[in-house]
Amino acid sequence: VLSRCEREFILRAIRDGQRLDGRSTYDYRDITVSFGSERGHVEVQLGSTRVLAQVSCQAVKPRANRPAEGQLFINVELSPMASPSFETGRPSKQTVEINRLLERCLRESRAVDTESLCILAGKLVWTVRVDINALDDCGNLIGCCSVAAITALAHFRRPDVTVSGEDVTIHPADEKNPVPLSVHHKPICILFSFFGNGDFLLCDPGYKEEAVMDGHMVVAMNKHREVCCVQLGGGVALLPDQILRCTHIASVKVAEITEKIDFALLRDERVRRGETVAMEEDDADFITKSQVDAVEVQDVEEPIVVKKDWQESGDESRVVVVGHGTAVIGQGGQSQWDMDDDNGDEQFEVNGGDVDDVTIVETKPKKKKKKKVKKAAPVVDVNDDCISEEEDTVVLTGEDIGGKKPIVDGEKENGVIDLTAALKRKKDQHTKKGKKRK
Amino acid sequence: MSLRSLSCEQSLLARCDGSARFKHGETSVVAAVYGPGDVKPNKEIINKATIEVTFKPKTGLPGCAETALEKILQDTCEAVILTSLHPRSSISIILQVEHDDGSLLPCCINACCVALMDTGVPMRGFVCAVACAVQQSGEEIIDPTLEQEQSAAAVLTFGFSNESEIITSHMIGQIAQEKFYSALSFASSAAKTVSDFYRSSAEKKLSKVRSCMSRNESMK
Repeated sequence: VLSRCEREFILRAIRDGQRLDGRSTYDYRDITVSFGSERGHVEVQLGSTRVLAQVSCQAVKPRANRPAEGQLFINVELSPMASPSFETGRPSKQTVEINRLLERCLRESRAVDTESLCILAGKLVWTVRVDINALDDCGNLIGCCSVAAITALAHFRRPDVTVSGEDVTIHPADEKNPVPLSVHHKPICILFSFFGNGDFLLCDPGYKEEAVMDGHMVVAMNKHREVCCVQLGGGVALLPDQILRCTHIASVKVAEITEKIDFALLRDERVRRGETVAMEEDDADFITKSQVDAVEVQDVEEPIVVKKDWQESGDESRVVVVGHGTAVIGQGGQSQWDMDDDNGDEQFEVNGGDVDDVTIVETKPKKKKKKKVKKAAPVVDVNDDCISEEEDTVVLTGEDIGGKKPIVDGEKENGVIDLTAALKRKKDQHTKKGKKRK
Repeated sequence: MSLRSLSCEQSLLARCDGSARFKHGETSVVAAVYGPGDVKPNKEIINKATIEVTFKPKTGLPGCAETALEKILQDTCEAVILTSLHPRSSISIILQVEHDDGSLLPCCINACCVALMDTGVPMRGFVCAVACAVQQSGEEIIDPTLEQEQSAAAVLTFGFSNESEIITSHMIGQIAQEKFYSALSFASSAAKTVSDFYRSSAEKKLSKVRSCMSRNESMK
C-alpha cells in the first residue's frame, strides 16, 4: 500500500525516464547466487529480493498414464517473512500465479528430462521436488524464483541406481557418487511492468514500482532464443510489436543471466572439488555479521539444581478442606478493596450495572465464608405512577422478595428465594393501586 | 566437549522490521519479526501483545511437528517479551530453516532472540538456548550434529534467560534422572557462551553509532 504522493512521484519519474534506484529502463538488478552445503540448496538475491530453493528426490511408483516417466513437482511458498501482506494458509492468487508459471516454464517446456528419471518402467521412478521459499519480496519475485528453481535443479545430484533385471539398488552418497539431473535448457522468466496504459515499460520492477504498475507481462526464454512461456498479466492492452520488442529485450537479459548462473555453478563445482577456496566476504567488514569459533564448554562444579525442602514452605500456601467440594486457601475475611460507606456492610458488589436487580444467593448451611445479599439501592426511583400493568418489566426490591433482612451467615432457614410468589404479590399490589388511581 | 562455531547476521531482510540468521555450525535458521503491529480481532488480547510464530521447514508442507515447534517458540518468546507494553498488538515471528544439521530447536530460539533484538522489541532479557544429547553410553554431547542426535538416547533443549532462569525445557527420549541434571548443568554453562556472543554481536552492530557519537563529542 503506497500513499498517493508516492504513487504520483513514481509515475512522474517514470514519465521522465527515471527510476527510484537510478537504474535505466532495461537494467536488471545485481543477481547473486550462493549455494549451501547440501546439493540442490540455492539462495538467489536479485537486488534485495531473496529466494531460497531446495531440491529433493524420492523413488516412488509412477503414474498410471505415464509408467516410464518420473515427476517434477514445484512448490513455491510466499512466506509471511517476505512481505507483511503475505499470509500463511490458503495460497493467494499471486502464489498460484507464480506456481503455475514455473510449472509451465519448467515442466511443460521439458527443461528437466522426466524420462531419464525412470528407474524401472511401471514400478519405480524418481519424483523430483523443488521447494522454493520467498524470504524477501522487493519486487520481481517471479524472476528470482525462476532463477532459483533452474539453478537448484542444475545443482542437484540424485543417488545413483543399478538395475539388474527386477532388482533395483539405490546407492547412498558414500557408496557411489550422486548423478546430476538431465537439464536440457535453462528457461528464465523476465518480468516487464507497464505504466501509463502501455506507454512506458520497465524491466525488473522494484516493489514500489510493482505497486503502481498498470499491468505486467512475463516472458520465459532460454539462451537459445526459444520462448518457453508468455503470460500477459492483464491490466493493459499491448500491440503485437510491443510484445515482440519485449521478447527481444528478454533474450538479451536471459543470455546475461544464464551466463551468471553457469559461472556460479562452475565456481561451486571447483570449491567442492577443493580446487578453489570459497571467496567469502570478510565478515569483519560487516558490522551486522559476527562469528565465534567453536568454544570448549567448562565443566560445572556445583550442581545447578538445589533440592528444595518441601516442608519449609510457609503456612500461607496450606489448603484447608472445609466441606464437600469446598476448600479454602488463605484466611478470607474483610475485603481489602476500598468500599463506599453508603453500601454499608456488604462484601459483594452487585453484578453489572443493573442496580435494580438483586443477586440471588443460595446459601448452604455449612459455609464458613460470610455472604450477604446486597440490598438494592435503586438508582431509579421506583415510582408507582410510572409502573403500569401492561409493562413487562417488574422491579422487585429486597422487601418484595423476603420482606426480611438480608440473609446472613448461612442460617439454617431455607436459602431459596421464591421469586414467583414475590412477583405475584407485586403484581397484586399494582393492580390494587391502579384500581385506586382509576 | 565444545559448542560448534556460532555465527549471526542481523538486519539481512529489507521488508521486515527486524531479522537475523543464526548458525550453529552448519545448522542455519533465518528469523524475521514484524511488529508491534495490527492484530486480527479474534486474536486480540486486551492487555498484552499477541505473539504469533510461523515455522517453515525447508522442504515439504508444514505439518504437526512444525506446529509443535511453533508452540514451544511462542511460549519461549512470551516469557521474555514485555507483552504488556503493547496491548492489542501483534508481534509476528517467522522462521525459515535453511539447513538442519542438528540442534535445530536451540538455533531457532537463538535466531528468534537476535531477530527480536534487531527489531527493538522490549524484552526482559536474552534467551540463550543450547541442546544436549545424551548418548546410549551415557556420555553428554553439547550442541549435537544431526548424526549424533539420531543415535542419541535423548536430546534435551534448554533455554536460559538472565544467566540462571530456565525458560524452556524440551526433551525427546528417555534417560535417568541424574543424567537430566548433569545435562542441565552442561547446557547452562554453554549458554553463557551464547549470551556473550549476543552481547558482542550487538556491540559490533552498534559500534559505528558509538564511533559517530564519540566523533561528535570530540568535535565539540
